[in-house]
Amino acid sequence: MILWLLVRRSLRQHLLSTVVTALSLALAGGLLMSVWVVKRQARATFTGQTGAWDAVLGARGAKLQLVLNALFHLEASPGNVAFADFQTMSSNRAVALAVPIAVGDNYLGYRIVGTLTNLFTEAEAAPGRRFRLVAGGRWFEDGYREAVVGSFVAQRLGLKPGDTFKPYHGLNFNPKEQHEDEYVVTGVLEPSNTPADRVLWIPLAGLQNMSGHAAATSSDVSAVLVKLRSAVAGQQLDMLYNKQGDRLTFAWPLGTVLAQLFDKMGWFDQVLELVAYLVALVAAGSVLASIYNSLSARRRDLAILRALGARRTLVFASIILEATSIAALGMALAWGLYAVIMGAVSAVIRAQTGVVLDPWAWDPVLVIAPLALVGLGALAGVLPAIKAYGNPVAENLAPES
Amino acid sequence: MALLEIKNLRKSFRTPYGQFLPVVDVPGFYLDSGELVALSGPSGTGKTTFLNLIAGILTGDSGRILLDGQNMTTLSEPARDRHRAAVIGYIFQTFNLLQGFTCLENVLLGMSFGPGADRVRARSLLDRVGLGDRLDYFPRQLSTGQQQRVAVARALANRPKLVLADEPTGNLDPANAAQALALIRELCAEQGSALLLVSHDPAVLAAFPRRESLATLNQASRTEVVL
Repeated sequence: MILWLLVRRSLRQHLLSTVVTALSLALAGGLLMSVWVVKRQARATFTGQTGAWDAVLGARGAKLQLVLNALFHLEASPGNVAFADFQTMSSNRAVALAVPIAVGDNYLGYRIVGTLTNLFTEAEAAPGRRFRLVAGGRWFEDGYREAVVGSFVAQRLGLKPGDTFKPYHGLNFNPKEQHEDEYVVTGVLEPSNTPADRVLWIPLAGLQNMSGHAAATSSDVSAVLVKLRSAVAGQQLDMLYNKQGDRLTFAWPLGTVLAQLFDKMGWFDQVLELVAYLVALVAAGSVLASIYNSLSARRRDLAILRALGARRTLVFASIILEATSIAALGMALAWGLYAVIMGAVSAVIRAQTGVVLDPWAWDPVLVIAPLALVGLGALAGVLPAIKAYGNPVAENLAPES
Repeated sequence: MALLEIKNLRKSFRTPYGQFLPVVDVPGFYLDSGELVALSGPSGTGKTTFLNLIAGILTGDSGRILLDGQNMTTLSEPARDRHRAAVIGYIFQTFNLLQGFTCLENVLLGMSFGPGADRVRARSLLDRVGLGDRLDYFPRQLSTGQQQRVAVARALANRPKLVLADEPTGNLDPANAAQALALIRELCAEQGSALLLVSHDPAVLAAFPRRESLATLNQASRTEVVL
C-alpha cells in the first residue's frame, strides 16, 4: 500500500520522463513482438500457402524463382514449358491433377494469369477450401475473352461482373503497351487470403494468343501446377526431371523450396532482431538514467521517509517497483504499437503478395517479450535502487541551499 | 526509570583532511516520561547531531542511548528504524514535508511506518492543528506556519513517547512561532509525550521549566567545531 503510494506519486512527479521512458520501452516491445510475429507468421503462411499443390514444373532454372512466380505471382517466369510437357505430366499416373498457367501480361500493374477452369473447379485454394465466386458471377469459359478477378484486385480496381478491360503487355504496367483484346469480367473470387486474390484470371488460350504475343510460342505455358498422388511420386519425378533431365525444373517439395526464401532472408531477420534488442537495451538504459537522475532531486524525500521510520529495504523496493511500473506501462503501450505495426506490415504484405498475416493471432512472444522487458526494466532499477538504499539520512534532511 | 538516558555518548566526523573532529561528547543526560525540556545552544554546538543520535538516524562512536528500554547504540539499523517510528516523533526546523504528498498523506505516511495508518486519527489531528479544511492541499499550497502545523501533526500522529523538535520555530515569524510552540506543548501534554526541544530563541526557551545548555552539556562543543 505504502509502496504503491510512493511509486504512484513519484511517477506523477516525474510525469514527463516517465512517459518518455515508457514510450521508448513501448517502441522496443512493439518492435520486438512485431519482428518475431512477422517472421514466424510469414514463414508459416508462405510455406503453408501452396494451396493444394505439391509441386511446380517449369523451365530449367531456380526452383525458388519458379515457385514464387507460379504460386505467389512474384518474380519473372524463368521461361516457358512446351504444352506437350504439360500433357506428359497430366497423363502421368502418379499425378492427381496438373494445371498449366501462363503469365506475361498485366492490367494496371496486377498480373494476368492464363489457366484452365479446373484450377478453380478441381483444385483447392487452400487445403480443404475451394475457390468460390461472389454471388452473381460465373467461371470464365475456355475459348472466350472472359476473366475471373481476384477479390483484392476487384476491390482495388472496382471491377465487377460485366465490366471490361484491355490487358497490358508485360508484368509491369506500361500504358503504351496495351493489347487490343478486350475481356469481360464474368466473376469475382471470394477472398481466399491467398495470392490468387491479387490476380486477374483468364483462359489459358486467351493469354497464349493475346495480340502481339509471339506465334511461335503461342502453345507454351509458363509453368504447370502439380498435385501428386503420393510422396513417392514426387521422388520419382524429382529424379526424372531434375537429376536425369536437364531441360525442365521440378520444384518439390514446395515447403522446402520456400524455406530457402527465408533462409536467404535470415540475415535480414537477424538485423531486425538486433535492432529491436538494441532498442530494448537503450530503453532499459533510459529507465536507469531517468530514475538515477531523479534521485538527486529526491535525496531529501528519501531521507525524510527514512527519518520517519521507513527502512532501507522499503526505499530499495520502491525504486525497483517504480522501474517495473514504468516498464509495465511501456508494455501496455507496446501492445498498441504492435497492433499498429502489424496492421501496417500485414497490409503491405497482403498488397504485395496476397498473403494475409493475422495481427491478432496468438503467439507466445506476445507475452514473453513484454515479461522480459518488464524484467529488464526492473533490472535497470537496481542501480538507482542501490543508490537510494545507501542515501545518507542525516546529511540529506536539510534542504539544499 | 527515565524515558531517555544517555551516558558517555561520543560522535566524531571525519574531515576532508582525514582528521576526526568530535562533534558530540555528552557524559550524561536523562529525560523522564512526559517531561518537557529545552536545549539551548548557538550554531555549531552539535544540536541537530545530538537529536539525530537520539533518533537513531546517526550512530554514535561510543556510549549508550537508552530509549524506552532499548539501547539505540546496539540495535540493528532496521530495529532502530522500527523503534524510531514507534517511539519518536520528529519535528524539523525546515518541516521536511514530502512535497508530492497532500497534508493528509504526509500524516498517514508518518503513521504507516509506526503502528499503521489511521485515517480517522490523521484527519482529527489535522483538524486539531487547524487544517481540517486543507487535507488535500499539497505543502506548497500552504503558508509556512501551516506547513509547520502539518509537521507537528505528523510528529504526534503515532502518539510518540518522545517528541524531538529541532528549532521548530526557527523559520516562523514571532506570532506563528508562539502559536506553533503552544500547539506542540499542548499536544505533547495531551498525549503524555516527553518533549526535547532545541532552540536558540530566548522566548522559546523561557517557556520551559527545564532548560539545558548544550554548550555545557556537550563537551565537544567547547572545541569550537563548526558543523
